Amino acid sequence: MLTLHCPNCGVHADETDLHAEGEAHLKRFASGSSDDDFHDYMFQRQNPKGVHFERWKHVYGCGKYFLAARCTATLEVFGTYSAQTHEPPQAIKDAITAKRPGWSWGDFS
Amino acid sequence: MKKYSAFAIAREAFRQHTGWERAWARPEPKKKYDVIIVGAGGHGLATAYHLGKNYGITNVAVIEKGWLGGGNTGRNTTIIRSNYLQDSSAAIYEKARSLYETMSQDLNYNVMFSPRGVIMLAQTQSEIRGYQRTAHANALQGVKTEWISPQRVKELVPIMNIDGPRYPVLGGLYQARGGTARHDAVAWGYARACSDMGMDIIQQCEVTGVRTNLGKVVGVDTTKGPIDCDKLGMVVAGHASVLAQKAGFRLPIESVALQALVSEPIKPCMDVVVMANTVHGYMSQSDKGEMVIGGGTDGYNNYTQRGSFHHIEETVRALVETFPMIARLKMLRQWGGIVDVTGDRSPILSKTPVEGIFVNCGWGTGGFKAIPGSGWAMAELMAKGQSPLTEEFNMFRFREGKFIDESVAAGVAH
Repeated sequence: MLTLHCPNCGVHADETDLHAEGEAHLKRFASGSSDDDFHDYMFQRQNPKGVHFERWKHVYGCGKYFLAARCTATLEVFGTYSAQTHEPPQAIKDAITAKRPGWSWGDFS
Repeated sequence: MKKYSAFAIAREAFRQHTGWERAWARPEPKKKYDVIIVGAGGHGLATAYHLGKNYGITNVAVIEKGWLGGGNTGRNTTIIRSNYLQDSSAAIYEKARSLYETMSQDLNYNVMFSPRGVIMLAQTQSEIRGYQRTAHANALQGVKTEWISPQRVKELVPIMNIDGPRYPVLGGLYQARGGTARHDAVAWGYARACSDMGMDIIQQCEVTGVRTNLGKVVGVDTTKGPIDCDKLGMVVAGHASVLAQKAGFRLPIESVALQALVSEPIKPCMDVVVMANTVHGYMSQSDKGEMVIGGGTDGYNNYTQRGSFHHIEETVRALVETFPMIARLKMLRQWGGIVDVTGDRSPILSKTPVEGIFVNCGWGTGGFKAIPGSGWAMAELMAKGQSPLTEEFNMFRFREGKFIDESVAAGVAH
């Protein structure tokens, strides 16, 4: 079973306590943006086979969001971190690089 | 190709079955094809078959990373129905269902199509309204379905408990000509027919890159070397995003795991397919006697063909309430497949930003039932550049806001 550490309340929660909330670090484009930008923000997804960043909600716990770095090809978890950020922290990036040298995802690598 | 028949069985019986030939050839790839289809699952093979049969295009290669029919074609619960709400969905799914009716004869391969009837249970007030609406929509679309009473449900499925404490059965949407088919045989039958038309089915050959020139596709790089083509069809379900990335564009798709399981074989007890969308479970009995059970998808991106155990528990727990007799059944096998889910839960059959590349994906949790119709429509799209069946399923509909919203109509079980 998938277990993730919630950085908000410190609990190692298993997936029945959590709800997956889709891709992380989406840059929001709303009214006033171009159709292409809005379409990409709303619908287009990375959906990689490998390193992925995603949002989770600790629904049956503290109820707060956090972000996780995970491998979709092996289900390995590289780490979780606060949702109050626009970019994965260096420690998370280093943890991924140690296991998956040369990884890239969207604008990050 | 030697025709399969009762006579052939008798003939072979007299010579120790030494006269059967390989059902399809195992060629090495040629330098160039008119059309390359990536993905030798049901949809890919059906596309190739209809390219040859309907349009005479037979210089075709079907490239497969693993083995033929080893992905979702061999992993689904084999349900066939066409009782969709939206007109464009009903059109392509009903085309598929009608092609299933004659598929065994058309392919000279027994796909064991069994139009045993499909019931979608209404267990809440909103489902009653939703399915009655679908029944009315189906009447206008020419898809034969009906709304049936709880008593009629009980007559059709005596093992069902219709007065469940949590979710009593309040009625059902019944499609009498829905049913099941042998999923592997669908892939094998198409493969045999394609091979007979001179097409090359190349297994254990992974596409590692897509080559383009001035915005037009010129070929693919594979683990068996480069192969040139004029047109490329990407029909790879769960790996659609991975392949699209190699061609330089993105898709509005997320890949998640969907699981199914079968019980030990028991005597015949249920001769219809039952889907219960409120409680996330669906069940049918295979010809071998196993109860075939499917549930909902996991919520997170996954390419491992393994799902979460708690989803199996949820599915079985829900079905036990409606079918008390399965409580003592032992489960034999459980497996998962990677399904490609779009934002509106409808498929994508479309041209792409790269000229000459066509994509057929996004069937999500409900692709098996659509195989022949999908192949028919995709072949027309690739041969003529457009098809009335695929028009509204183009990948640019999200930009336009022209969704084909089946997420409500189809519920979780698709």
